[in-house]
Formats: sequence, structure tokens, C-alpha cells
Amino acid sequence: MFLNGYGPLILAGTWVTIQLALLSLVVAIALGLLGAWAKLSDSWLPRVLATAYTTLIRGVPDLVLMLLIFFGMQIYLNDLTDLLGLDPINIDPFAAGVVTLGFIYGAYFAETFRGAFMAVPRGQLESGTAYGMREFQVFRRILFPQMMRHALPGVGNNWQVLLKSTALVSLIGLTDLVKVSQDAGNVTFKVFLFISLTGLIYLALTTVSNFILYGLYRRYSVGVREVML
Amino acid sequence: MTDVLTQFWQAYLYQSNGGWSGVAVTLWLLVLSVSMGFAISIVLAVGRVSPRRWISFPIWLFTYVFRGTPLYVQILFIYAGLYSLDFIKHTPPLAAFFQSGFDCLVLALTLNTTAYTTEIFAGAIRASSAGEIEAARSFGMSRFALYRRIILPSALRRALPAYSNEVILMLHATSLAFTATVPDILKVARDANSATYQTFASYGVAALLYLCLSFTLIWLFRSYERRVLAYLGTRR
Repeated sequence: MFLNGYGPLILAGTWVTIQLALLSLVVAIALGLLGAWAKLSDSWLPRVLATAYTTLIRGVPDLVLMLLIFFGMQIYLNDLTDLLGLDPINIDPFAAGVVTLGFIYGAYFAETFRGAFMAVPRGQLESGTAYGMREFQVFRRILFPQMMRHALPGVGNNWQVLLKSTALVSLIGLTDLVKVSQDAGNVTFKVFLFISLTGLIYLALTTVSNFILYGLYRRYSVGVREVML
Repeated sequence: MTDVLTQFWQAYLYQSNGGWSGVAVTLWLLVLSVSMGFAISIVLAVGRVSPRRWISFPIWLFTYVFRGTPLYVQILFIYAGLYSLDFIKHTPPLAAFFQSGFDCLVLALTLNTTAYTTEIFAGAIRASSAGEIEAARSFGMSRFALYRRIILPSALRRALPAYSNEVILMLHATSLAFTATVPDILKVARDANSATYQTFASYGVAALLYLCLSFTLIWLFRSYERRVLAYLGTRR
């Protein structure tokens, strides 16, 4: 039998991990863009809020934040439903994982994007406005494509860290790849086999992302002259 | 909040049930793994930049595997996976080592930080100025003297900003200690949570402690960087 019959479960766990990582990436990039915009804003309130967000989140381990947000949120939600006389709502671990990972890595993306935004010359944005583009058009046509060129190495790094930290969600009760292989190992007494397999699957995922990132990097560097040193 | 603090402040900071716990254990894990990792990484980084493939390839493979898998999986592999092997169970010294959660955790943390630090140092060594190396060669320095006097002193300094980042990440990585039953800050927070049911306060105190430790480390590294990188003219 394929891995003592655990093959399909391992595949399902891998799929959960991939979905979790990709959805958290979407949340994190959205929060990161918002955070970078707020940090570069002219008014002080968004700036202070965004600085507090990136500083506090990046100073605390992701695991501690995950437990704090997941279990803390559940307790406040229980209080709220009690107060309103509703039935208790249990937070779905998958949704909680996406929100928590997205919230944590949003802070790292905000710093990456902030640096990249600042690397785009201001004159380019001004000429966009001079051509009569609206603010959003300037963002989509001029700022974003050039910003991504500078942001990609950082984005790639953050993605790899995010992908690896999905292993932690098994600790808040989600049946991801790590949880499935731990269970499989304990039942079949083949812990070594299943943990090694998990490691290899993660290695395959990071290797595939390396190739994709390299392709993206080539795509966004179109038109940049390379200098041989 | 007050319940958690009055009952558990000692456990959070340094001891519980007559043993070390909390901040003391977290810092001890950090110091052990980072200092061993630092020493091993210097040797591996020199091998990593070697033009001989049979030296550089195994080191590349080691860093690739350890940088491409989650630390939590590495801890599980060492703590649960290796101990399940018969040959380790039946070799008393190995069995004694892998039975201890603390030993396994320090081994996993050290291997993990060694992989990242090796790449950081190797990158800095590769960026050494060719002129300095030529000058050292023309002075007749041996390979060892070249590394000891010229390449390493400047490469390690230039690696400092990236290295300080790695140390902060290691501080955060030690929070996985409770999965190997080591009583670090987060383990105490979990105990406090199950004793008082004050989830937000229990984990919140842990988060604040990590925040303080992170800021202290950042501050220490910044001051040190300002001293040893003064010649590069970096003003912050």
C-alpha cells in the first residue's frame, strides 16, 4: 500500500498547506501595500498606526502571535456571543490560520514595499500626472510595475519564510501536512519515514517557488541594462 | 492580567518548580545555539566559497536542505524521528542524547542557524575586494594568514547587519522550545493559560517579553555596528 494507506491523507495535507500559504500571501500583500502606503502618507495618523503595526509584529515571534490571536480571538468572540445571547461560534482553524499568517507577514511586506516605493523616482509619477492620468492609473501603470522590480527579492524572501511558517498552524489544530504526517508516524511507528517525507515535500515546494520567483524576476527586469562587474 | 503576573512572574523570568524557566531558558537557548552556529559557520563559509566542488557542494546541499524546510519539521525530525530509529535507541550514548528534549532542541536550532549564517558569511566573503586580496598575496601571506588577517575581519564586519537580523530571527525561533518540552517563555505562557484561563494576558505577557528582548538585541547590535562599521561611513 502507498505509505501504509496514508498517501492520500499526506497529499490532502500538502494541498491544505499550499492553499493556506497562497491565501495568506494574498492577505499579506494586501496588508503590506496598505501598510506601505500608510507609512509614506503625508498625514501623521496612518504613519503612526502603520509604524506601530510593523514594529510590534516584527518584534514578536510568529508562533506567539499566532497563539495570541487564535486563542485570544476565540475568547473575545465567546464573550461577545454571550453578551448578545447568541450560540457560541467556533473559529475555523483554516480561516484563523490565513488571517493570522496574513496579518503577521503583512508587516514584513509593508517594510519591503515601503523601500521599493521609495526607489521609484518621483519625477516619473509627476510626469504620469502631467499626462493626465488619474491617481489610480499612475499607480497601476507606472508605480506598481517599477516598484515590483525593486520589491521582488524581498517579496521572494518573505514568501519563503511564510511558506515555512505554515508548519506552525498544526499547533493551533489545523490538519495540514505536518499534522497528518505526525499522526501517520505515530500510528504506523514509522515516525522517521513520515517526518523525512514532510521535509522533502517542503523542500520541493521551496524549490518550485525558487524557479517561479526567478521567472518573475526576469519578467519584471525587462528593460533593465545589466552591468558586468 | 494581575492574576497571571502575581502567580507566574517568577516562572516567566527565571524559575519554576526549582528549575530554570522563562526568559532565562530562552536566552540560554539563544546563546548556546548562536555561539556554536557562529563558530561552525565561519569554517563552513570558507568551504562554501571554495573553488573545489567536492568541498563546496556538500556545504551547499546542507544549507539548501536546512533553509528549505521549516524549523518545526527539523525539530520533529531530530526529537521524534531520529529517536524512533533502532540503531539510535540501542546505542546508549546516542539514546541518552536524543531522549533529552533540550539536547535535541539545541541541536536543531544550531544546525538551522548554521545553515543561514553560513550563507550570510559566504556572501560577505565573496564580496571581498579583489585588490585587498591581491595586495595580501603580494605580501606573501599564506592562505590561512590571508583569511585570518584580511578576509575574515572585514567580511564578518560587513555581514553584521544581516547577521543581527538572523540573531533576532533565532530569538523568535526559540519559541518552538515547548514542542520539545523545554520550559522557555512560551511554555510558561501556556502553563499560565491553562492555570488561569486568562488567554490574552498569558500570551500577551509572553509577547511583551519577546518584544523587550528583541529591542534590546537590536539596540546592542546597532551600537556595535556603529563602532565596527564606522570606517564604512554608515550613519544611522
